[in-house]
Amino acid sequence: MKLSILLTGVGGHGVLTAASILGKASLKAGYNVLVSEVHGMAQRGGIVNCNVRIGDVYSPLIPKGGADVIISTEPIEALRQIDKANEKTLIITDVNPVIPPTIYFSETSYPEVEKVLEELGRTCKLCAINASELAKEAGNVLAKNVVLLGALSAFDVLPFDSSLLLETIAESLPYKEVNTRAFKLGEEEVRKKYKGINMRRSQTGKRDEIILR
Amino acid sequence: MEIIEAKPGDKLLLLGNEAIARGALEAGVDFVTTYPGTPSSEIADTFSAIAKYLRKKGKEVPFYFEYSVNEKVALEIAAAASFCKLRALTCMKHVGLNVASDALMTYAYVGCRGGHIIVSADDPHCHSSQNEQDNRYYAIFANIPMLEPSNAQEAKEMAKEGMEISEEIGLPLLLRTTTRISHTRGVVEVGELGKPRRKGHFEKDPMMVTVPITARARHPVLIEKMERAEKLSEKSRFNEIIENGGGFGIVASGVSVAHSLEAINMLGIEADILKIGFTNPLPKKLCEKFLEEHDKVLVVEELEPLLEHRLKQIAFDAGLKVEIYGKDSKHFTRLYEYTPDKVADAISKLLNLDFSPSENKPSIDLPQRPPVMCPGCPHRASYYAVKQVAPKDVIYPTDIGCYTLGKYPPLEIADVLLCMGSNAGTACGFSKATDQKIISFMGDSTFFHAGIPAVIDAVHHNHDCVITILDNRTTAMTGHQPHPGVAEGGMGEKVKAVSVEEVVKGLGVKDVHVVDPRDLEKTKEAFRKALNYKGPSVVVCKAPCVLLDLREKRRKGEKIKKYQVNQNKCKKCKVCVLKFGCPAIFFDGEKVMINEEMCTGCGVCAQVCPFNAIEVKE
Repeated sequence: MKLSILLTGVGGHGVLTAASILGKASLKAGYNVLVSEVHGMAQRGGIVNCNVRIGDVYSPLIPKGGADVIISTEPIEALRQIDKANEKTLIITDVNPVIPPTIYFSETSYPEVEKVLEELGRTCKLCAINASELAKEAGNVLAKNVVLLGALSAFDVLPFDSSLLLETIAESLPYKEVNTRAFKLGEEEVRKKYKGINMRRSQTGKRDEIILR
Repeated sequence: MEIIEAKPGDKLLLLGNEAIARGALEAGVDFVTTYPGTPSSEIADTFSAIAKYLRKKGKEVPFYFEYSVNEKVALEIAAAASFCKLRALTCMKHVGLNVASDALMTYAYVGCRGGHIIVSADDPHCHSSQNEQDNRYYAIFANIPMLEPSNAQEAKEMAKEGMEISEEIGLPLLLRTTTRISHTRGVVEVGELGKPRRKGHFEKDPMMVTVPITARARHPVLIEKMERAEKLSEKSRFNEIIENGGGFGIVASGVSVAHSLEAINMLGIEADILKIGFTNPLPKKLCEKFLEEHDKVLVVEELEPLLEHRLKQIAFDAGLKVEIYGKDSKHFTRLYEYTPDKVADAISKLLNLDFSPSENKPSIDLPQRPPVMCPGCPHRASYYAVKQVAPKDVIYPTDIGCYTLGKYPPLEIADVLLCMGSNAGTACGFSKATDQKIISFMGDSTFFHAGIPAVIDAVHHNHDCVITILDNRTTAMTGHQPHPGVAEGGMGEKVKAVSVEEVVKGLGVKDVHVVDPRDLEKTKEAFRKALNYKGPSVVVCKAPCVLLDLREKRRKGEKIKKYQVNQNKCKKCKVCVLKFGCPAIFFDGEKVMINEEMCTGCGVCAQVCPFNAIEVKE
């Protein structure tokens, strides 16, 4: 078993927290796990990347095209990591753009979100949700990282039960109720969105058989 | 707190840095000193958190811990503990060892008594550093043993066993990590906590005073110690051959071992790996054996070709015909960090294999997202005020900290940076070398760390420059560690706070201004006066880091003010966005808006607005 999840987003979005929860849950489930973080300068509103690798892995870094899942708290940040994706990669992203404050001094403008999502959908299997809105609904916009974890759990790609993930969230984070709601909202959103589509792994358990269009 | 409460055999998910802390605790460490620096900071922060936790519970803290004023002092303090037969750990980032190196070089001559591990956390790729120097050379340079972990479990084991090795040989030991070891969480099975010795006793020995005659006598002792260390390296469990079969071999150390294993899996090939964890002195016989048994060997190591050249030397001395590849053969670069792809690519080139990783690239141009100073950051206010009063062509030497981000637009107020404290040193030089005005910047922690000597030089030689100390009451960039200017120590104990401005006055600076930069008019006035003063001036811009300030306000239940743009008054001059650049202020079409979630209520933008259009939201 080998599963590589790349988490990305903007400093302050809880990317490191989400990654550490995935790591803790994997350990609880008895798997080997590596969670590689970048600290320091990257946290001041910059890009934050986190590689979570579960099972029979050695390197803390996901090779090019080697991500099974990319979770992003921001649409262009998902696209920025596209070199880690292949056509079977599942991308779960929030649809809400966070415009870099330096955009007014940049030659490049922020692209249309629709075009970004279109390209992600063309390259990979895309699941774009309004995680920020769902987090607000749960009680705090900061819980969007947990909404995205809930969405991930609906896909049944993790080698353990989603209840373990929820249990780890409840143990590791404050505001247990908000986060539990956020997780469930994320999970339901995906179930609603892809109703009737089989998202389970096939019986062979191979990761490349997540069915999603 | 699982890091100290875990029982032997428990498996924890630990950062490499946390694993080092646990390993040192298992070795019964008595003394821990540091100056914070990414990617090393969490080692010391773990000790700080443990100490505070135990004190809160009314329990005794089994070690002494401090955030020292700089790495050199940190090393000296811990060396003294070692001289009293206590076990010590000193951690720093790679460039920190430059600061500590003066002590280190002669420390090796004097030798240690209690085990002493010096952690150097290197940063290939400069994720958060000013260079990517390869600190393995320090172990060679100083002639001390070195261990390099390839994962978190090994980081813990090496911190523990390294302490024994150091004590047995009588030399401080360099535990060298890199970002991907320090900042990767992995599964760590913990062992038993050690028994600290707590207090030592210093037994005098004239050989510890390194006057020339003793230094000459100590040098051969050092060489003899390293000969003994080589024997330990030869039988160390940290060096091993991972056998897969085949005539092709890989030699790797540190995180490169992990990348190499991943790469041979990706390529589906067989290759033996000589994994070296005890990298100085090298296990010469083991290396010779490996080189002898393989026709082709690829050396995988980030940065400099240190192992590669040593292996070539060993092969030459032994008259071996093995082909050794690496950086000299251009299969690898000396730049940046490695990835499994880079290693797979090198192997496939060498063995003529087909390797074509995904080449997905965004077809849309994506805007950059550089880190920025936070909304409400007092540094932005200081910088804005300076920009308002400074004549054109001012030189802005800067320094290491969050405030280095002033380099980016719209402020663009950073012209040169070398190292901790270099702002003031270069300010002195520029003042003599040019007729330009000089305004330099450093943080409070940087001032204490390495800024003071240059201020003395400015006073002594009457260098005409303005030295700014951005005093935000913390070491912010590395995670808000305390420094000598604050009244709480790393163990949560009350300590004497050293006042920045009193030190500056004590150094003999006559023109000293202390301002709250969030008051723009007063700050501008201070810089105007300082610029007009002939000779060295110091402006201390004192306001707490906004992140700490917010945390404190939330703790006290204080309401955080929010500002908004009065659209009737706003003339869309855009000064607030295009000159001041607070990330909370943005354009919604033509309208200027303030993001309420991001606004911290500092109110500086309201002073920046020429039309009084920014108001407190009721």
